[in-house]
Amino acid sequence: MERILFGDNQFFAVNHISDEKSRAQAIKFKDDAAIMKVLDDARAAGINTFMCTTHDRIANVCDIIRDNPEKYEGFKIYPCMPYAHKYANAVTELGIVGTLKEYVPGNFFGSLFKGGMAVISKDFISIMELLIDAEMKMFKGIDTPVIFLQNVITDLLLGLGMKDFLIAFAHHIEKKYNAEAGFITMNLPQLLPVLEEGGIKNPIICASINKVNFRMSGGKELYEQILSEGRARVIAMQVLGGGAIPAREALEYVSKLPNVESILFGASSKQNIQNTVETINHYDSQKIMVS
Amino acid sequence: MLKVALIGAGKMGISHLSILGAHPDVQIVGVCDTSKIVSEVLEKYSGFECFTDYLKMVDKTKPDAVFVAVPTKFHYKMVKDLLERGKHVFSEKPFCLNPQESKELVDIAKSKKLINQVGYHNKFVGTFQEVKRIVDAGYIGDIQHFTGEAYGPVVIKKKSETWRSDPNEGGGCLMDYASHVIDLINDILSPIDSCKGAMLKSIYSKQVDDAVYALVGIESGETGVISVNWSDETYRKMSTSVTIIGSKGKIVSDANELKVYFKTKDFPEGYSKGWNVKYVTDLTEEVSFYLRGEEYSAQIDYFIKAVQGIVPNVINTFESAWKTDLSISIIKKSS
Repeated sequence: MERILFGDNQFFAVNHISDEKSRAQAIKFKDDAAIMKVLDDARAAGINTFMCTTHDRIANVCDIIRDNPEKYEGFKIYPCMPYAHKYANAVTELGIVGTLKEYVPGNFFGSLFKGGMAVISKDFISIMELLIDAEMKMFKGIDTPVIFLQNVITDLLLGLGMKDFLIAFAHHIEKKYNAEAGFITMNLPQLLPVLEEGGIKNPIICASINKVNFRMSGGKELYEQILSEGRARVIAMQVLGGGAIPAREALEYVSKLPNVESILFGASSKQNIQNTVETINHYDSQKIMVS
Repeated sequence: MLKVALIGAGKMGISHLSILGAHPDVQIVGVCDTSKIVSEVLEKYSGFECFTDYLKMVDKTKPDAVFVAVPTKFHYKMVKDLLERGKHVFSEKPFCLNPQESKELVDIAKSKKLINQVGYHNKFVGTFQEVKRIVDAGYIGDIQHFTGEAYGPVVIKKKSETWRSDPNEGGGCLMDYASHVIDLINDILSPIDSCKGAMLKSIYSKQVDDAVYALVGIESGETGVISVNWSDETYRKMSTSVTIIGSKGKIVSDANELKVYFKTKDFPEGYSKGWNVKYVTDLTEEVSFYLRGEEYSAQIDYFIKAVQGIVPNVINTFESAWKTDLSISIIKKSS
């Protein structure tokens, strides 16, 4: 994985500290061209990986990338599935079974329901695989070397003790997409042993890691200890602690942590993107000099 | 280990179940749901024992506490049955379909000395807790006006019917969505006890209200506005906010950001005269397991600790939820 990954929260009005800023972002990125402009700014700053949720609008981004193969040569996308609000809203509207009927592709579900519950019961893992395939459709023909499960699902399954689905996710991603599975989580200390027990060694885990202990369940010290053990390929996200820390200080902290393979960040302005990349590079070069 | 059972593994129930599953002091002894598919998944992959009859579940698994996350119309009977069997109860919101039912449950829980809590999670949001602290300490002065608002994209097209679209089951924006705002105002200021006029509007729904606009009065005498609309697709998710104007200052807060203006030099430590901005990240304590917002984990942890006798049972009690049900009924009557 590249050292710096570019995120997509800013494009979809995800702002952890301000509803006002969310709205401003929604207005700014109303048109796909505005998203592409920022992605091009990120590429110009040397970032070639875009880590994004499987939001409907990412399908448009994928179309543009496919239509311009020369321009986007070497550009990678790390899909993060699912876009949770889509399913959450559907569950409110249709219930759990109704949502499955709506989103599991083909006649699979229809025929199973006709056949009664007994038929369906045995193969929930296959249903999950179908949902993964449905989410992956938009990325056809695009280089997606790592495919992530979003934190709300990872952590939901973790809390429910449903590790079989986490492991099955990884297996399906490897087998069908010839890619590596990644897990986004707010609970790194609890997730890692579960993945290890399931036979996933040195998993790719994207977790909230920042100087102010923001969304680091179990506490910063525990995270630092786990990082020092080098048992996972870790991507640090929410490095600014939801905006609570000055950028430079935040990036210095996370750049200097051991075994953080990549840093994920999102920004809307060219200047911000450049500054962030330069700051990370600066602290990385210091680290190299020290070692 | 506290033995906990859950009734209703829908959207909120599954979320509670995951947080409970990760809680170090909790053992999940049973789950009750009418959906076969949900029960099968939970049995097969989580190893939870599942039931379709909640009384059988309670008799067999003997939980210390039970979470009730079924449609509102079932709350009264189920919670009553549970209290009568001596179980501590966490119920989803809104509490009951009418305040008479809520009051009866308040009295039973009190007489049996059982821990009781309702899932108004905003009370565990750092910004709103800070608003309450500032108001209670008098830094805003005499309250002159307040506005409680919530907007979100729950019903944004004409759609198939669920219990949320049935007024007899506790559906509708007033019961389901505005209740959060009403409960917050009741808690931060004082309970809404009068309504000068209310409009309950249907936008997409056939049978229930999708928006609530009301002029209300509170026990302490002040007045304000409630404005809630769950058919507003310009919001990505529910956005709840309160504005409080007082003789010494003004507060505008949502779940992420607290903005407060102090007119005088009388302000709390860490603030200054004029505008101040605080973020929820500064005001939130870490939780041991995060699923979808610290507040969801924090409210469950608080309930568990109350059952263990570690914290007092004073936040989101049945009594406060009964007052919210009263306020809801007052607004409904005026519409």
